[in-house]
Amino acid sequence: MDITSIAQWASELPISQFIQTSSWAFPTIEAIHVIAIAMVFGVIAIVDLRLLGIASGSRRITEVARDCLHWTWIGFALAVITGSLMFISNGTVYITNNFFLWKMGLLALAGINMVIFEMITARTIANWDDGTASVPFAAKLAGLLSLAFWFGVIITGRWIGFTLYQIPF
Amino acid sequence: MQAFAESLSVTPLSFFIQQELWVIPWLQIVHIVALALVFGSVFMIDARILGLTGRSQTMTQTARRFIPWVWIGTVVLAISGSLLIIGEPVRSLLNPFFWIKMTLLAIALISTAAFQTSLNRNPAFWEEDHAWRGYIRILAVVALLVWCGIIVAGRFIAYIENFAVY
Repeated sequence: MDITSIAQWASELPISQFIQTSSWAFPTIEAIHVIAIAMVFGVIAIVDLRLLGIASGSRRITEVARDCLHWTWIGFALAVITGSLMFISNGTVYITNNFFLWKMGLLALAGINMVIFEMITARTIANWDDGTASVPFAAKLAGLLSLAFWFGVIITGRWIGFTLYQIPF
Repeated sequence: MQAFAESLSVTPLSFFIQQELWVIPWLQIVHIVALALVFGSVFMIDARILGLTGRSQTMTQTARRFIPWVWIGTVVLAISGSLLIIGEPVRSLLNPFFWIKMTLLAIALISTAAFQTSLNRNPAFWEEDHAWRGYIRILAVVALLVWCGIIVAGRFIAYIENFAVY
C-alpha cells in the first residue's frame, strides 16, 4: 500500500468528510493549529535565546528549560493532532505539495537538532549552566538552528495555504 | 467604512500588495512569528500567575523578562497587520471577525498595561497569598483565552465566505 492510497483511504473516513464539508470545522482546527504553533515557537524561543545569550542571562539554562520545555511539548502535541486532522481531510493533495514536504523535512531537522543537543552537547551542561562560563559553540548553534528550523516550519506551513489549489487565499 | 475601505484599496501601496502575490504570504508569516513571541510571553506570565511554571522567579522578575516582548511583538503585529489591511481593505474592514478580533485585542492590550501598572505599584498584591488570589487566577485564565480568541478570530477572517449570510 503506497502513500497515495493511504491518503486516499484516510480522506474517505467520515471524520475527513466532515472536516471537508463543514463550514466551521477546518477553520477551527486551523485556528487551534496556529495557537499550538504560537505556543511551540514562542516558548522554545525562550530556551533558544537563553542558549544564544540574548535573554534570561541571569538564569540557569536547565532552569529555563525546565520552566519551558514541557509547554513546548504540549503545544507540539496539539499541533500534531490538529495538523493530522487537516492532513487527513485532504491528504492526496497535501502529499503533492512541495511546501508541505519541506515543512515535514524541517520538522525532522528540528527533531534531529534537539536529539543531538540533548544526547551529546548537553552532557557537559553542568560546566556552562549558570552563565559564569561561556556557552559552547555547539550549544549556541543548537539554539540558532532551532530558531531557524521552526521559523522555516512557519514559513513553509503558511505557504501551503497559498499553493494548495493554485489560487491565493 | 465601505467608502474608506474602497478608497484604501485604490492606493498605490494597496495595489502593490495586491499585485505582488508573495507579499501577503510573507506579511502573514511575519504576523505569525510576532504572534508566537507575544503568545509565548503572555503564556509564561499567565502560567506564572497560575503557579504552573517559573516559581523560582518573582512576579516582577517574570514580568520584566516577558512583558517587553509582548510590546515589541505587538508593534510588529500592528505594522504587518496594517499592511495586510491596506492590501485587502474590503476583506478585512468589512469583516465581522476582524472587528471581534480588534475588540478582543483592545481588551488584551488594556489588561496588559493595567497588569504592568498594578505590578509596579503593588508587587506584593501579585506575589502573596491573600483573599484575591482566586480572582487573580481567573483573570490569568481569561487573559489567555482572550489571546486565543484573537488568534481564532484572526484566522476566521479568511473564512468569512463560509459564514456570510449576505
